[in-house]
Amino acid sequence: MTAAARAGFRRVIPGFGPTLGLTLAYLSLVVLIPLAALLMKAAGMTPSQWLATLSDERMLAALRLSFGGALAAATINGVFGLLVAWVLVRYPFPGRKVVDAMVDLPFALPTAVAGIALTALWAPNGWIGKLLPFKVAFTPLGVMIAMIFIGLPFVVRSIEPVLEDVDQELEEAAASLGASRWQSFRMIVLPAIAPALLTGFSLAFARAVGEYGSVIFIAGNLPGVSEIAPLLIVTRLEQYDMVGATAIATIMLLVSFALLLLVNGVQKWHRERMGG
Amino acid sequence: MARRIATGDPTPVRWLLITVALGFLAVFLVLPLVAVLAEAFAKGVGAWWVALSGEDSRAAIRLTLIVAAIAVPLNVAFGLCASWAVAKYDFPGKSLLVSLIDLPFSVSPVISGLVWVLLFGAQGLLGPWLQAHDLKVVFAIPGIVLATVFVTFPFVARELIPLMEEQGRDEEEAAIVLGAGGLRTFWSVTLPNVKWGLLYGVLLCNARAMGEFGAVSVVSGHIRGLTNTMPLHVEILYNEYDFVGAFAVASLLALLAVVTLAAKTGLEWWHRDEIAASRRH
Repeated sequence: MTAAARAGFRRVIPGFGPTLGLTLAYLSLVVLIPLAALLMKAAGMTPSQWLATLSDERMLAALRLSFGGALAAATINGVFGLLVAWVLVRYPFPGRKVVDAMVDLPFALPTAVAGIALTALWAPNGWIGKLLPFKVAFTPLGVMIAMIFIGLPFVVRSIEPVLEDVDQELEEAAASLGASRWQSFRMIVLPAIAPALLTGFSLAFARAVGEYGSVIFIAGNLPGVSEIAPLLIVTRLEQYDMVGATAIATIMLLVSFALLLLVNGVQKWHRERMGG
Repeated sequence: MARRIATGDPTPVRWLLITVALGFLAVFLVLPLVAVLAEAFAKGVGAWWVALSGEDSRAAIRLTLIVAAIAVPLNVAFGLCASWAVAKYDFPGKSLLVSLIDLPFSVSPVISGLVWVLLFGAQGLLGPWLQAHDLKVVFAIPGIVLATVFVTFPFVARELIPLMEEQGRDEEEAAIVLGAGGLRTFWSVTLPNVKWGLLYGVLLCNARAMGEFGAVSVVSGHIRGLTNTMPLHVEILYNEYDFVGAFAVASLLALLAVVTLAAKTGLEWWHRDEIAASRRH
């Protein structure tokens, strides 16, 4: 289809102006203008205000916990998410479809509900916490537990469709040439699903960095130790410290977007290297 | 049944991997759900019912329903509009538009609430003007609706855009050529083609709208009986050590989640071809 023919279709189906206009207007009112208000507020901060913010130990600790905890949780999800996807795609077992449907639970369960449920389980007197010799809830470990919960479906759902498409005949060929199962997994399956694994990892990471509801109940929220960045934004707001809240929010937004761009770049590079 | 020896794993490995995977899912997915129910009914069905039928709980349930009843239709209208514009026409900047529609998913819920405080709060850009006209947005229901709309903004659109793109433009063009108007074409051709995908998006949008916590928490002001949604009520009760109350309200939200999952799975089984192939979350 030529570009001219395509341009012709625009005239066939009416309503281009109104639908695109309404879309842009609603998008601007609901998303773009509010986000611009945040960036404007940040742009209005003086250098000394930024300096004070950036040297605030409490804020730096909160950012370290949010990003570090999210990194650890996304890594654990990368391993177990891959395992879950592998088992769901490759091994038929009774009840597989129900288990597959349940993987989406963290998407559907309101975060506050997840938060109090995880706390009930992992608190020192909870079902799981009781069995452990060390404290999980009300420590940075608890933060990680909530972040694992919230990020798991991203990894599983990213890998599943790609794993289904991996041509098993390649693995058969490898085996007939003498490769072990582990070798054919490492050299055939893993490279094929690596981009999907990276996508899932980064989605889980991004979600965990910003996560609030499921974390704050289990975290203990001790400043400098188990206080996440989103909670510190709320605390600053409650102290009517708009500048402080804006600064943390801006840093989080910028770092998250930079990471997303980086991941997109890596994937594009990977696609080009693999020849489409 | 001949098993492909080369791609099948030895039975012990298979069982080990299945056991580890299911164990992980049991600890992280099943146990939290069981814990909600166990705690909610810890003091019997009577205590559960008392907690739910209290004045504040009923007000929270009412507000959650009202907010969802405003936010979901708004985002459905937008989703239909945006997916039609993106799928049925070519224009420069289309991929940028699609990325912008997904933007709220990569913003922390707390920031999704904060932006409204910066716009409409007492110290916000439009704060003084609102105060002069005696209008209240933040710490009132409009703020809760706006925060919810922001957070649930992409759900319907991102479900419909790939679906409508897959279906192409031929049927619409045929309808137009045969003399149907734009709206008629939409109602009689496009909408029937995407109805299951639309329902799928609405389910996810609604679940998030009713369950949103972070964004709503920032703009609500937590006024009991007035600006408390169900998830916020869970937090208040929990912080007051009313665990049966908190888990009772949480059990309703968990029920919503399970019903949403079941309906969503049903759609995926029975209408797989009529929801977007490139579904992701």
